[in-house]
Amino acid sequence: MSNGERAGLLLSAGMNSGRRRVVVTGMGIVGPLGLGVENVWSRLIAGENGIGKISQFDASDLPAQVAGEVPEGPREEGKLTLSEWVPTKDQRKMDRFIHMGLVAATEAVEDSGWKPQTEEEKCRTGVMIGSGIGGLQTIYDASITVHEGRAKRLSPFFIPSALINLVSGHVSIKYGFQGPNHSVVTACATGVHAIGDAARLIMFGDADVMVAGGAEATVCPLGIAGFCSARALSTGFNATPQQASRPWDKDRDGFVMGEGSGIVVLEEYEHAKARGAKIYGEIIGYGMSGDAYHITAPSEGHYGAYRAMRSALQSAGLTTADINYVNAHGTSTMADDLELEAVERLFGDDAKKLAMSSTKSATGHLLGAAGAVEAIFSILAIRDNVAPPTLNLDNPSRESVIDRVAHTAQQRPINVALSNSFGFGGTNASLIVRGV
Amino acid sequence: MSEIADKVKKIVVEHLGVEESKVTPEASFIDDLGADSLDTVELVMAFEEAFNVEIPEDAAEKITTVKDAIDYIEKQKAA
Repeated sequence: MSNGERAGLLLSAGMNSGRRRVVVTGMGIVGPLGLGVENVWSRLIAGENGIGKISQFDASDLPAQVAGEVPEGPREEGKLTLSEWVPTKDQRKMDRFIHMGLVAATEAVEDSGWKPQTEEEKCRTGVMIGSGIGGLQTIYDASITVHEGRAKRLSPFFIPSALINLVSGHVSIKYGFQGPNHSVVTACATGVHAIGDAARLIMFGDADVMVAGGAEATVCPLGIAGFCSARALSTGFNATPQQASRPWDKDRDGFVMGEGSGIVVLEEYEHAKARGAKIYGEIIGYGMSGDAYHITAPSEGHYGAYRAMRSALQSAGLTTADINYVNAHGTSTMADDLELEAVERLFGDDAKKLAMSSTKSATGHLLGAAGAVEAIFSILAIRDNVAPPTLNLDNPSRESVIDRVAHTAQQRPINVALSNSFGFGGTNASLIVRGV
Repeated sequence: MSEIADKVKKIVVEHLGVEESKVTPEASFIDDLGADSLDTVELVMAFEEAFNVEIPEDAAEKITTVKDAIDYIEKQKAA
């Protein structure tokens, strides 16, 4: 980075110095590594793998037959028993992605201890939970009903079950949060955009507390078949599912779909301090860009990723020297090396000191929930000074000075972390977090 | 209790997730059994499906209690 660029960053830091600070006071995850933030994190750090044969439907006639599914079972074992989280009679009124969002949001809200009492407090608490795709299985089922000539039998809950912003709706209804109720739809960048945008609502004064993140559940015939047709999924590891997600490895052949949700409770710093809330970390930078190039492929050199990261650094008033860990988008596709190249170009000499890993190697790609789950991993990496591993990185297709944390987690000082998410349509988002 | 009444009760229990003892003939779907307007639409659809009857919109609007549903279906079936 040139001196001129550095000066520019310092200037923007000065401009931002008066803004309201946003901290994370609650977190929730449900995903392929199970239920509960601490459970999922400890399994991730231990190098465990959440990918398996698809069990929710018979995928034997599809090219891709592996996925990261939420394990079902008792809560004590870190698994999901849905009826403990969503009343049975309400379950059929919501698609599975809403179930996932409700589980993680409940976990996050309870973890935060935030219980608004007054009307004013409720009106200052909002929700911004997105999804990349929404209720795909619900739409599939309803289509069949109509196709069979039974349109009049279509459930009145079909539309509210499939709508993406209904996760935000259900969370607000459950807790009485009457502040901004919003939702994000930016494919695989949804989770980062939701957290970044929600943080800005707090900075801008629209709310004091925001429940933010992403939810996804597209391990269904239409979801798997659709991404197969786009040649995006791994198909060569159906017999060895745990080797299928292998970011940067020369044998990678596509991403592995995951399902679940990651949700955080964001809170204005003084508000959190005043109520004695536990503070996990602070959202200090957020950057976005568009490729303006292709509907599914990033451009040569991934300049969109480069600009999103650079813009996040600018909003944080930091330089690349300050970043210790990058949680990569790294989906286990050909694009992995383009992201790597963009990080190398941005970081220059600072790349040598950097740890960067792709936790999708263990969870698969949770699409619209990925960015939120990975933001949580980034915060925990700072808390514990641990870089989570990139599993299956046996032979990198491209050498790099960046330590990609192959196979096993690394204990190393991490004060500031950057998390990347990129989506179809050429949308890019980067988030920067630090400890408090 | 008639076979129809039994079946109606079962459908209500299933769809509204309420205890069987609460599903008395006089119970109102909305006031007593916690249903909202979408629940009642779905309930009427379930009756149509289970009893193979058509319940037109204006008739459906008048079905507000368990007894209303039983009476309507019994009348349709007798006709």
